[in-house]
Amino acid sequence: MKKYLLSVLLLVSPVIALASGGGVHLDRANIDPTNKESLQRGARTFVNYCMGCHSAKYERYNRLGRDLGISDDDIIQNLMFTGEKIGDQMDISMTREMGKKWFGAAPPDLTLVARVRGIDWLYTYLRTFYQDDSRPFGVNNQVFNNVGMPNVLWQLQGTQKAVYETVVDDEGHEHQVLEGLELEKAGSQTPAEFDRTVRDLVNFLAYMGEPIKQQRQSLGIKVLLFLLVFFIFAYLLKKEYWKDVH
Amino acid sequence: MGMLVNFRDWIDARFPLTKMWEEHLSKYYAPKNFNFWYFFGSLALLVLVLQIITGIFLTMNYKPDATQAFASVEYIMRDVDWGWLIRYMHSTGASAFFIVVYLHMFRGLLYGSYKGPRELLWIFGMMIYLALMAEAFFGYLLPWGQMSYWGAQVIISLFGAIPVIGDDLSLWIRGDFVISDVTLNRFFALHVIAVPFVLAILVVVHILALHEVGSNNPDGIEIKKNKDENGIPKDGIPFHPYYSVKDIVGVVVFLMFFSFVMFFVPEGGGYFLESPNFEPADPLKTPEHIAPVWYFTPYYAMLRAVTIDIGPLSAKFLGVIVMGAAVVILFFLPWLDRSPVKSIRYRGPICKTMLALFVVAFITLGWLGTQPPTDTKTMMAQIGTAVYFAFFLLMPIYTKIDSTKPVPDRVTG
Repeated sequence: MKKYLLSVLLLVSPVIALASGGGVHLDRANIDPTNKESLQRGARTFVNYCMGCHSAKYERYNRLGRDLGISDDDIIQNLMFTGEKIGDQMDISMTREMGKKWFGAAPPDLTLVARVRGIDWLYTYLRTFYQDDSRPFGVNNQVFNNVGMPNVLWQLQGTQKAVYETVVDDEGHEHQVLEGLELEKAGSQTPAEFDRTVRDLVNFLAYMGEPIKQQRQSLGIKVLLFLLVFFIFAYLLKKEYWKDVH
Repeated sequence: MGMLVNFRDWIDARFPLTKMWEEHLSKYYAPKNFNFWYFFGSLALLVLVLQIITGIFLTMNYKPDATQAFASVEYIMRDVDWGWLIRYMHSTGASAFFIVVYLHMFRGLLYGSYKGPRELLWIFGMMIYLALMAEAFFGYLLPWGQMSYWGAQVIISLFGAIPVIGDDLSLWIRGDFVISDVTLNRFFALHVIAVPFVLAILVVVHILALHEVGSNNPDGIEIKKNKDENGIPKDGIPFHPYYSVKDIVGVVVFLMFFSFVMFFVPEGGGYFLESPNFEPADPLKTPEHIAPVWYFTPYYAMLRAVTIDIGPLSAKFLGVIVMGAAVVILFFLPWLDRSPVKSIRYRGPICKTMLALFVVAFITLGWLGTQPPTDTKTMMAQIGTAVYFAFFLLMPIYTKIDSTKPVPDRVTG
């Protein structure tokens, strides 16, 4: 029987290996969800640069403060600009209809964006805008081709231009393929500083996608430890009862 | 103590409490040689209870309304005390239910538990499986995410492939020309009342049938054929306390796996909670790749494996037929198997090979169903589908010609 199970596993293993295949190259975000300062910086960047167009309407201001260690007063003074109440959700006044008219597609709510796209995607996306005069806002993006969003962080990052590579395909046709990006004009931050800004922002987005993540993990450890102890007793009880079964 | 005994007697005079306790627990004799595979029946019952209880608490805050459903789930995840735990328990429970049920069904295949006199037991079990698929399908629409919406769209459109009545039928199911608030409301009603009610009844019937015929065992022999002077099977032990204490161990181990997923990887690698489902349903924006949840993917792969039209019948309709047949054929298993022995332990190499191929085909189809189709993958799905059906359709032949080993009189531990 065991041999059969093993052979079934062996037969299936290539399937499992295949299942974990590639996609576009993404830079690793390497966020640290326990770093409160990083999360606070990310929240500031989010409120200053993203919330002009994007809402985070499932997150509440005071919840954010509680989780990130910011007092209600500091939140009101630094993160709230339009007279909301501290218990309000982080909504914006721009409607979907306006957004659609102005950008072609309504800017999505970002509360859950980290769970939709993944943190590495966000980290790469926010750093790979490049100049493209054929686009309405003059920029395109390496991982989200023809995206409707302008590069809102350009003052920090500067501008990048695309470097193309000429590739000849099997039929002898030449194609221009995007090889990479290079900094054209420096912004107010160095590339390393800008990477940190984006990393903090992504860290914050990841937090917002699931505010209870830390809580669930720490509770999970306690539950597993309890079950482990419970297992020992349950197993000994079973053994005791089954002594007389031959 | 005396008062308690008097109270029990008072009840027994009016309700068969002790009689039921004895019939189903303390004097229900189960074979003593149950192994690993026999944990999954009690675990399925545990998950059912878990789903019902967490479901009750979810409905206290969920809003079955197309404009509020998605937000109400996030409200549960963020603002309701312990709402996130209840929600993850329910979403993890859905996948756990299918894992446990698939293993429970595989146990039946291994040891021939569907063979006489347990044909009805098997059929009731299959009806539970059908009800469970319906329950999962209706439930998946409720979070009103992109995958909820488009998954339901794809499945309901399958009914549209049925000639003549198809369009009217899918319109009738949706209650609208597209999936809408109307659909959400009726799916909610079906998910929280109709199907759970049917499920509960079927589970009772399944257990009654089991306790009537008695449990099979890894040797596939009838313990009732060897009874002692008191009429108790020599290889039987009372379910309570022996299997009740043993099943507690199984429950604890199961809960460890369950808790690990729930607390550390609640998305189940994108298979238990699909990432597009964190985006609210948008009828105007089709996701790049629509895949049903993992427990439906083997059948979805079979649906897509059919690529040719036959006469007036479209490939899609034929795919629906194949998909339906793949489930229906399981009902006939007790009559397809002509082997004189039940358990795989005493069957010959052909039966063992066929079962192994079947498992590989089913898992491969499951994986293919999650993938966007390519030529190679479609061909793999066609081979998988052929193997899946060969396992059943050739069964009357290979189970008959295959060699068998002599079956012992008593269980072998």
